[in-house]
Amino acid sequence: MNLHLVGVNHKSAPVEVRERLAIPEWKLEEATRRLLEYTGIRECVVFSTCNRVEFVVSTEGGVALDGFIGEYLQTDVSQIRDHIYEYRGDEVVRHVFRVAASLDSMIVGEPQILGQVKQAYNIGKAVGSVQSNLDALLSRALSVAKRVRTETAIGSSAVSVASVAVELAKKIFGSLQGRNVYLVGAGKMSELAARHLRSHGADTIFVSNRTHERAQQMAESVSGSAIHFDRLYETADQADIVITSTGAPHAIFRREHGEMFMHRRKNRPMFFIDIAVPRDVDAAMSQVDGIFVYDIDDLQQVVEANVSDRGREAERAELLIEEEVVRFRRRIQSLDAVPTIVALQNRVEQIRQAEVERLRAKLGNLSPEQQSAIDNLTRSIVNKIVHPSISALKSVSGSEQLIATAELLRNLFGIEDESVRRNGTSSVGKRDKNPASGENKQSSSEDNRESEVTQKATSRR
Amino acid sequence: MSLFWLRVAVGLYGLSLVYAFVALLRKREILSRATLPITVVAVTLHFVALVEAFASGSMATMPLHQSESLLAFLMMLLFIGVYYLYRTTSPGIVVLPIAFLLSLSAALAQGAPQFASPLLRSGWIYTHIVLILTGYAALFFSFIASVLYLLHERRLKRKDLNGLAGKLPALDTIDNIGYKLLLIGFPFMTFGLIAGSVIAEAQYGSRYFLDPKVILSLLMWGVYMVMLYTRWNSGWRGRRAALLAAFAFAAALSVWAANYFSGMHRFVSR
Repeated sequence: MNLHLVGVNHKSAPVEVRERLAIPEWKLEEATRRLLEYTGIRECVVFSTCNRVEFVVSTEGGVALDGFIGEYLQTDVSQIRDHIYEYRGDEVVRHVFRVAASLDSMIVGEPQILGQVKQAYNIGKAVGSVQSNLDALLSRALSVAKRVRTETAIGSSAVSVASVAVELAKKIFGSLQGRNVYLVGAGKMSELAARHLRSHGADTIFVSNRTHERAQQMAESVSGSAIHFDRLYETADQADIVITSTGAPHAIFRREHGEMFMHRRKNRPMFFIDIAVPRDVDAAMSQVDGIFVYDIDDLQQVVEANVSDRGREAERAELLIEEEVVRFRRRIQSLDAVPTIVALQNRVEQIRQAEVERLRAKLGNLSPEQQSAIDNLTRSIVNKIVHPSISALKSVSGSEQLIATAELLRNLFGIEDESVRRNGTSSVGKRDKNPASGENKQSSSEDNRESEVTQKATSRR
Repeated sequence: MSLFWLRVAVGLYGLSLVYAFVALLRKREILSRATLPITVVAVTLHFVALVEAFASGSMATMPLHQSESLLAFLMMLLFIGVYYLYRTTSPGIVVLPIAFLLSLSAALAQGAPQFASPLLRSGWIYTHIVLILTGYAALFFSFIASVLYLLHERRLKRKDLNGLAGKLPALDTIDNIGYKLLLIGFPFMTFGLIAGSVIAEAQYGSRYFLDPKVILSLLMWGVYMVMLYTRWNSGWRGRRAALLAAFAFAAALSVWAANYFSGMHRFVSR
């Protein structure tokens, strides 16, 4: 299997380049199908979001994806060469894991990318472009993403204005159960924040707007109740959280209103979220005891601080990804029956030789004929014993079953993982008739050398 | 023997104190999970020490140190209670050091009897002490809560959400803890004072009311009542509540200190 990835993302390319390569959602399926038909490609998947366009393929030999990009997207690749990155082998695994775990996202830890990876995966399965290799890669990527999410705090802090509003409200009120929300002005953002608060337990939502019809519409959509704008000051003290987003040129809530509210509320705290520009809540309001005012800039700052917190968590996630890349490599190698067979044969041969060696001292001087007779006898015994296992392994179909059988055999015969890995890599390298690139050749010959060293070490033992 | 268990308890308090500060510096939850069991064990041993002290009669011979020990015990009891109700250990940063110091002072006390008064042989006086000290502990706890409230409120207003503010429980939760403890402490304080007055009246007559400790106690009780009233009637929180609580706390401290110059509470047999 040769994995190969070509793509651009928000870091490598400006939007002008990304939009030239971008494939709209409705065309993803067609693009995947076309890529699959391209010469040399056995499996493929296409990611295209507003921050990235990536083509992941599994090939038998090498393939020039530039050709496909040039043909399908009618773009001269040489012009944007500097913006394109290319990965092979393990690098592809690492990159796909990082993308799915949202480590490569513009906002690290944002959850949408996982859905987009899933979508590409499903399209690939439907089209038939995702089979054993990419299936293993993508399904692993999804579970790695899940692991990163549960084992690091990468997605835990709020990084949108609406979720920051909820986070702040919780710092003040603890539980939002039974709290009332007042929307002053009927904007999209305040609606979003209100929905978010509601989903965290907030109780009644009041909506007030200069044009009452708009308030009624909004109240309906958030299942709240609309209140006439001229009753705003009489009713606002019933709310624990007030979200303002009117287009008024002057502040609607001033200090004296705040003092009045606090008096009526017996000083129970009140939280103003002001997302209007110009601001709807006067700055002096926050001097009133028990009133907390956060304007759009404050919320934005919290968002930014949380984003940098995520950066720290991302470092932990990177370590986790490294671990998963190694694990995946091993797993992929066990997908190939050959290394397990080789390891199995090596293992029994090793035992046979050791036992013969031990016996030799007892038997005294043997003639060469006698010696070869012993060798032949023992060899044929061990071969007969392992033969059914090997043919069973060869006859297994389906990747999951193959892995299970190979693992079972390795356990039964006490074959260490390490030897399989080393032997596996080298045998894959040997079997590669047509290595995709110089880089690949080099790595497989390196692995050969490595396995030689291992063999020497074993024989010395 | 009572000092032995007390000393073990003090050691454990010290240990959880160290844990608490390490946890604080490491920016984790204020008390790590391991600290709480240690604290519970310490409080249990502390209880054993108190019972032994009571049984052996050293409660009567060393009333000052024993009351320090008792106060520390009651505060720790409240601390554990607050944890089980609100799942917060934040008051620990204040409660733990103080309980530690109080019980340390009691644990280091020498065995020599300091006071001997026939008064202390009566059971009434113990009722008085326990009630008053429970009141103290609740008041003190409530004071801590109002200080934490104030800190948290300031942080939220300054939009500084990292550091301590990130680890404190929600403002409303702190407020709840403070108010509930205030409510719990009040009857204890009131009945404790009544019990004390009854004893003193019988023992000393009206002369008793001129004692500085008694005057301060009544003042403290007055402040306590004002606190409850303002809270109940106009929901005073934050700055104003913290100021009142600080005042009540100062009064309580001076009442405590008055032991050293109050003729009445010296319990010297005359």
